[in-house]
Parts: sequence; C-alpha cells; structure tokens
Amino acid sequence: MFYRESGQFKTGYAADQAVFPILQDRWGVLLMLIIGFVGVPLVIDDYWANAVFIPFLAYSLAALGLNILTGYCGQLSLGTGGFLAVGAYSSYKLMTGFPELDMILVLLGAGAITALVGLLFGLPSLRIKGFYLAVATLAAQFFLIWLFYKVPWFYNYNATGQITVPPREALGFLVTTQKADIVVRYLFILSIVTVFAIAAKNMVRGRIGRSWMAIRDMDIAAELIGIRPFATKLSAFAVSSFFIGVAGALIFSVWLGAAESGETFGIIESFLVLFMIIIGGLGSVLGSFLGAAFIVLMPIGVKNVLVDWFGFTAVFAKHVEITTFGVLIIFFLIVEPHGLARLWQIIKEKMRLWPFPH
Amino acid sequence: MNVMTKPTITEDHRTIGDVQMEVKNITLRFGGVTAIHNTSFNIRHGEIRAIIGPNGAGKTSMLNVINGFYHPQEGTITFKGEERRDMRPHIAATQGIARTFQNVALFKGMTTLDNIMTGRSLKMKKNIFWQILYEGPAKMEEIENRKFVETIIDFLEIQHIRRMPVGKLPYGLQKRVELGRALAMEPELLLLDEPMAGMNVEEKEDMSRFIIDINEEFGTTIALIEHDMGVVMDLSDRVVVLDHGELIADGTPDEVQKNQDVIDAYLGVAHD
Repeated sequence: MFYRESGQFKTGYAADQAVFPILQDRWGVLLMLIIGFVGVPLVIDDYWANAVFIPFLAYSLAALGLNILTGYCGQLSLGTGGFLAVGAYSSYKLMTGFPELDMILVLLGAGAITALVGLLFGLPSLRIKGFYLAVATLAAQFFLIWLFYKVPWFYNYNATGQITVPPREALGFLVTTQKADIVVRYLFILSIVTVFAIAAKNMVRGRIGRSWMAIRDMDIAAELIGIRPFATKLSAFAVSSFFIGVAGALIFSVWLGAAESGETFGIIESFLVLFMIIIGGLGSVLGSFLGAAFIVLMPIGVKNVLVDWFGFTAVFAKHVEITTFGVLIIFFLIVEPHGLARLWQIIKEKMRLWPFPH
Repeated sequence: MNVMTKPTITEDHRTIGDVQMEVKNITLRFGGVTAIHNTSFNIRHGEIRAIIGPNGAGKTSMLNVINGFYHPQEGTITFKGEERRDMRPHIAATQGIARTFQNVALFKGMTTLDNIMTGRSLKMKKNIFWQILYEGPAKMEEIENRKFVETIIDFLEIQHIRRMPVGKLPYGLQKRVELGRALAMEPELLLLDEPMAGMNVEEKEDMSRFIIDINEEFGTTIALIEHDMGVVMDLSDRVVVLDHGELIADGTPDEVQKNQDVIDAYLGVAHD
C-alpha cells in the first residue's frame, strides 16, 4: 500500500540506472544506515557486538567476495577459508612489520596480497570449469592452511603458533585488541563493509559486472562480443579475493584478536561462506548480507530457544543447527536458487500491486 | 520463366561495394573428418550473402572459422584487407564481426537491457577504478551507451521486455534480443546462424524485415545461414551452397536454383 511507485517518473537514463530507483527503497536504505551508524552504537554492548554485529559484518564482506566470484562470475570456489587466512596472516605481517601503518592501509594491503594469491589460484580456471575448478580451489584451501601452519615466518616464530593482534589505530582511533572501545570497533568494521558494499554494487551494475555475468551465463557468446574469458575470470578472482582478504583481516584483527590457521580458517569456513551465498542469493549484493545474517544469527537463535528455554543440551542444539543448514540448503537449491534476496524481491513485487493479485 | 523471381516492391538504393571478407582454400579437419574442404568465396560490402546446404554440409563450421572459433588447417581469411592464417574471436569482435547462434546463446540470468548493454563492452573503456567510483566518467559512459542501446530496443520493438530476464522470454523474442546484442556491437559484418529456425510465419516475416532494415539502413553486411529457401531466395543477393564440406555453387539466387548440383544435393543423389 505504502510501497507504490506511481507518480515517480524517471526523466533520464541516470535516474533509471540508479541503484534504488524507487523512492521508498531510498528511504528504507537511509533508515537502515541511520540505525546502523547511530541507533546500534547507542545500545550495543560487548556481547551483542562480539557475538552478533561484528561477525555478521565480517562474514557479509566475505560472502560478498565469494558472491562476486561464484554468484556473478560463475566460478565455484571452496578456497574461501584459505583466502581469509591469507588476509589475516598478511594483515598480521603488515601490522608487526610496519607498526606505524594505519589500519585502513593494513586492510588494503592485506586485500591486495590476497588478490595476488587469488589470481595465482585462479589460473586453472582457464582450462577447467565447475566441479573440477572447485576441487582446484580446494587445493588452495589445504595448501594455504598448511603453509601458515608449517612456515614459522608467518607467525613471527612465536611458541604457540598463533597470531595475536597488536594494538593499532585507524585515523587516530584504537580499533584492535580488547582495549579498543567496542563502539569504535563496531563503527570501524561497519564503515569498511559499507564502502566495500557500495564498491561491489557499482562494479556489478557496470561493464565489469556485465562481463562477469556474461562469462557465467554463456562464455562462448561472451567471447564473440569481445570479452576475454580468461582476463575476465581472473579479474573476478582478484576482486573476490581482495574482498575476502579484507574480511579475513577484519575477522582476525577486529573481531577475534587471535587466530590459528587451521582452527580459525579451516574448510568449514569455506563451506559456511558458500552456504551464506546459496541461502542469501547467488548473484546478489543484498543476498550476501541476508545470508551472512542468517548463518550468524541462526545458531544463536537455536541455542537460545533449545538450551535456555527448553533445557536441551548444547550438543543437541549444535546438531539441530547443522541439520537445519542442510535442510535449508536443499530447500533453497530446489525451490529458490536465488535465495532470500529473491524472496525479498518477490515480496516487494507483491507489495507494489497489493491488494490486487496481478 | 522463373516463379521465384524477386518481386521489386521498392527500388534498391544500396551500394554493394568491394570485397570485405574473403575466405580462400579453407580446409578444416577434425581428426579424420573433413568438415570443410578447399572452399573459397567472398562477401562484398553491404550485401546479404546466404550460405545454404543440407545438414552437416559445414555451414556452421564455416561461420566458426570466420569467427575464429575453429582454426582451419589450410587456407587464409582476409577481412578488411588484412590476410590471416586464421581468425581469433577477440580480433573478430574488435574488427567488427558480430554473430548470432543457431541455438540462442543469450546470457540467461540477465535482463534484455543488460544483454544488449553487454554487446557494448568493447565500446566501454573506463577502467575498474572508475567503475568502483561509478559517479563521473563511468556513469557518463554508461548513459551514452544506454542511449545507443535504447535505439536498438526501439528498432527491434522490444521495449516492453527491457527489464525481463531473457531466460523467461518466448523463443522468438529471444532470437530478437540476440540480434539486438549483435547490433549493439555496431558490426560491419553480421553473421546470422539460422535466424528463423523454429519460428512461425509471422515471426519469420518480422525477422526478415529486421534483416532487410539492418542491411539497408545501417549498411551492415550480412552473411546468413538459413534453411527456409523462400526466405533465402527473397533476401539474399548471392548464395553459397555447401555440401559435404565442399562448395558446389556460388551465385545469385536464380543461378543457384537452376544449378544441377544444388538440385541433386537437396533432392539427394547418390555420391560416388
């Protein structure tokens, strides 16, 4: 009823190509941003920040990265955990090697290093597709984790084999370690993720995004239009890895504060991020956020309901959680391959016409 | 007396120029199978050139050679005065060769608009950093190209499906969108692989009209493969006939129709 676009006329292609061409959407997004930047910091505490908001934002960024590669460019990757680890370890090396470096530059540096590693592991995509490529990226996952475990240089030869974040500032605000104010940490990660989300949206709606999707949908036809398949796939690998690298650096430095390659960035992480984009919506920026929210929030919800309300054991709740993931993934793959983002779009279409069916 | 003489409804204002594309002594083998054997013909500027022949004659293989998907073992391809051993898809695209496919090869997950916009890829030069910023040069470029794409959408009368994912469109419209995507490249030579396959009479008439308009208004050279002989004989200026990978006739529609080899190939005469 309130979601009507009648009377909103577009008088130019610029207006027609806007990210949110409908006025209500613009207000909605503005409202979300105000809640995110002003509302949440007023009420946030350590538990909510560390258990919900910060992991949600960090995983959203990782999901966004994987969605660029898998959802937009059609290259299935199971190496996300490995690339998150590259981001985390390279940010650690940058932080300890250059203590004066601003956190923003550390994140960009970690992203750039991960992009290079992603390029390297994207090379097989010239020859192999689909499941075969997935297996090649799986090799990246295991190789990278092994590398960070075996080569002590990566964790500065410390006895534990772990990496622990040193206190570092971004634009004069302390953003890492437990000493940093939780609101500052939250706002820092929120700002980074917002900027990256805008960047992703701009890329996918322009020439680069269209060439990724063209490669995904019909690589032969794309080649005839003048899109170079190999360069386009590699650009998707690089951009995707950049996003994932920054996400890995954030998970390590702002969220967890410490990490160990196999424990923190194992194969489970690769699958979790893949689940996020399948449930959220392949080939959708919004879907990356919805999927991350779902995967981060569901275990907390299940635990609260089953353990705290009904008195089941924590192990039982964990099993229910894993089973639910499985069922939902089957459900989405069969019923709605475009995920939660598509469901949201259907709701919006229905609202435009409500109360009429057509 | 020929019943199938082209009826002259309007005068022909086109100027058919020099040779634009020449394939010379092309031989293409896949292992032991010879798909095309020592075939030569040319395509002149501004004409509609048909390639016909029975199934398996090597017509699509020929287009794939021109496009650069297949690399012939022997022969040369000359396009716009440049002689090559073989073509590469990317060179073909930058040199102005566009193509549609026998089985529609659209980007199914994208809208009609995005599909045709993708055809503008080579015309869009702004690098990834401008694209990330979007506001400014990348946006200007996007709008300029959008304007061009809208003229194509108008021309093909597909305004109503602009925002629809092409996977959901009926077949005839998909063919039209694919034609639009090829036109977005502003091609000099347009290759159409069975543009009317699987269409009803009305859709065929529409498509024929589009092909004639593209040829006459934009001056685009067209090479098409088609099985509907009525369409081929009406549309084309010259016809190449292939059979079993060999060129058996080359000439105007009238000449080709009278050619005994062509009649044999189509009606089926035992090959020795």
